[in-house]
Amino acid sequence: MTAHTHTGTPTRSTGSLAAGIEARAATGALAGAGNKMDAKGVKVFYGAKQALKGIDLEIPDRQVTALIGPSGCGKSTFLRCLNRMNDTIGIARVEGLITLDGQDIYDREIDPVQLRARVGMVFQKPNPFPKSIYDNIAYGPRIHGLASGRDEMDEIVAKSLQRAGLWNEVKDRLKEPGTGLSGGQQQRLCIARAVAVSPEVILMDEPCSALDPIATAHVEELIDELRENYTIVIVTHNMQQAARVSQRTAFFHLGDMVEVGDTEDIFTNPRDERTQGYITGRYG
Amino acid sequence: MTDIISDTPKAAIYQSDDFAARLRKRYAAERRFKMYGVVAIGVALGMLAILLTSIVGQGYTAFAQHDLALEVFFDPAEIDPQGSRDPAVISNANYGALARTALQAVFPEVEQRTDRRRLTSMISNGAAFELRQMVIDDPSLIGTRKQVRIPLASDYDQVLKGNIDRTLPETSRKVTDQQIAWVDKLVANGQIVNGFNWRLFANGDSRDPELAGLKAGLVGSLLTLMVTLGLAIPIGISAAVYLEEFAPKNKLTDLIEVNINNLAAVPSIVFGLLGLAVFLNAFNMPRSAPVVGGIVLALMTLPTIIIAGRAALKAVPPSIREAALGVGASPLQVVTHHVLPLAMPGILTGVIIGMAHALGETAPLLMIGMIAFIVDTPGGFGDASTVLPVQIFMWADSPERGFVERTSAAIMVLLAFLIGMNAIAVFLRKQFERRW
Ligand SMILES: Nc1ncnc2c1ncn2[C@@H]1O[C@H](COP(=O)(O)OP(=O)(O)OP(=O)(O)O)[C@@H](O)[C@H]1O
Ligand SMILES: [Mg+2]
Repeated sequence: MTAHTHTGTPTRSTGSLAAGIEARAATGALAGAGNKMDAKGVKVFYGAKQALKGIDLEIPDRQVTALIGPSGCGKSTFLRCLNRMNDTIGIARVEGLITLDGQDIYDREIDPVQLRARVGMVFQKPNPFPKSIYDNIAYGPRIHGLASGRDEMDEIVAKSLQRAGLWNEVKDRLKEPGTGLSGGQQQRLCIARAVAVSPEVILMDEPCSALDPIATAHVEELIDELRENYTIVIVTHNMQQAARVSQRTAFFHLGDMVEVGDTEDIFTNPRDERTQGYITGRYG
Repeated sequence: MTDIISDTPKAAIYQSDDFAARLRKRYAAERRFKMYGVVAIGVALGMLAILLTSIVGQGYTAFAQHDLALEVFFDPAEIDPQGSRDPAVISNANYGALARTALQAVFPEVEQRTDRRRLTSMISNGAAFELRQMVIDDPSLIGTRKQVRIPLASDYDQVLKGNIDRTLPETSRKVTDQQIAWVDKLVANGQIVNGFNWRLFANGDSRDPELAGLKAGLVGSLLTLMVTLGLAIPIGISAAVYLEEFAPKNKLTDLIEVNINNLAAVPSIVFGLLGLAVFLNAFNMPRSAPVVGGIVLALMTLPTIIIAGRAALKAVPPSIREAALGVGASPLQVVTHHVLPLAMPGILTGVIIGMAHALGETAPLLMIGMIAFIVDTPGGFGDASTVLPVQIFMWADSPERGFVERTSAAIMVLLAFLIGMNAIAVFLRKQFERRW
């Protein structure tokens, strides 16, 4: 049911990756910080419609990368390539090379189930399971066998909820259904659920779009804290948020990645005028 | 202040009489629509009430039946002249004679042979069997006198229930004035008693209405449905899950989908023909057997369950699947942990509809020989058997007056069976819904 076409042509084999790394090594772009993930020429088609037109993006280890850009430009699509979530869309077709720790994630040897345990995701729309709050968090650790007993599981649940800033609100009603929470609480529950399986990379698709400023601040603190150990990619429409939480920012526009760089540079000194227009609010 | 500019508030329009009239019309339309709905439901309920009252009104009397309460002498000379107590001898004795003697003892004045024969015709053919069974169960009865209840022939039961009108002229009813007088005397003596008709549930079919029971049909229906459920639920749900969650979307699966929809519309008798051709003729499976009936009915209900199951699976929001995949669940875990539990109420609805359909089905079962006259309760899936709806069909076809009330009673039993089954399914559905 996967629609991914792993063409295996020489242009996108490991040979080209090696060439890319060589090229970067030559320019010194790779100096010091290793890249957790790396996308090369990623194209996505929904049927005949092309949503991404060849994205090259490096995602450095233990940093927050923000994806910004107007609605419909392909940010979510790109994010969903990073944990092969697009496999589940029948008409979606992914081309190009994406690596995790240097390994092609679309390789036959990579199991998408394992990949998604390593690359977790918080979706654009909150989607808690119609189960109890506790089970929402415990589900992932349970299927991966992360807790060896009831106490350990309780601890994982409590810690995950604390990190997502939801603990105080739900600690007395862990048995109630997760779907009974407010929209913003549900989103934090989904963040806690993603954190609970301790992935290496966490993909967040507008995690704060339904949150009030206090909860947003919570989540931003969480992101800051997670950055010590995790690699984070966050899509946001909030420029201040991108500036506050991210170290690197990529600007997407109509399926292209227009510009990527250190967040400070992008916001103070954008090279492309489309970027400038967008971040200053002049873009429609 | 002219109203040429289009983007001014339309206050004037919304407060005009014209607008108020339009609003009234809209409300009137809504009221009419609601009225149609109420009328439609009212008509449906009325029909249902008429159906139920006619069935219950005709059938409730069958749940009680009149018996003869006679003092029977278990005459050793008749049962076991040699005193050997040999079971073979005991079971071959003429027990009808014991019953006849007991009844004649009540009416010593009846002496003519034809009169005597008329008198003893009040005793059902079943009396001999029941007396024999008593003696076989307890041979010490031989040589004793005992007050026993033996079945009264159906026509007299019908007279007492008022189903045969005694005010009619003698020639236009099956029972003579003399026989009615005997019955009345027995009632006055307290030698005819009315009680719960346990034979309706304890006996198999019979030519004699007073002995005919539903046990063979009930057990046959139960066995058949067990086979149907056991096959249709796992196969139907697996097929629905595979087609909806795993199968690639291509021409072949499209074709399969179209054909499943077509199968749901195939007349049930065609499935019976299939059963006859494949299971009986090609595979040599037993005729009239619940296992074959169950397979045929399972084939018939599969499309219903698959279609309902797929609709229920499709209704589970994709975001739930993504959420589970996102934390690293495998596709099968996504289905079994999340999608299937959420789709279960809808799937069960399909199962209920399919099973209700299967329980009431007759036509395909006729094709595979389940229209047999079954006296003995089937003991297994391979035994000759019948099912409730076929039993109803056969009783409805019988000319005796006593079968009229029994037919309605059998329909009531079938409906109770159906309601019971649905109640279980609805209960299960509620259990699953609570998990949301
Ligand atoms: N499942 C899908 N089927 C078909 N087209 C899709 C699908 N998902 C996204 N698209 C198309 O791909 C393009 C990129 O969509 P995407 O969701 O990635 O945008 P986005 O940048 O996340 O927008 P937003 O900021 O509004 O979330 C859009 O034109 C959209 O219509
Ligand atoms: Mg998006």
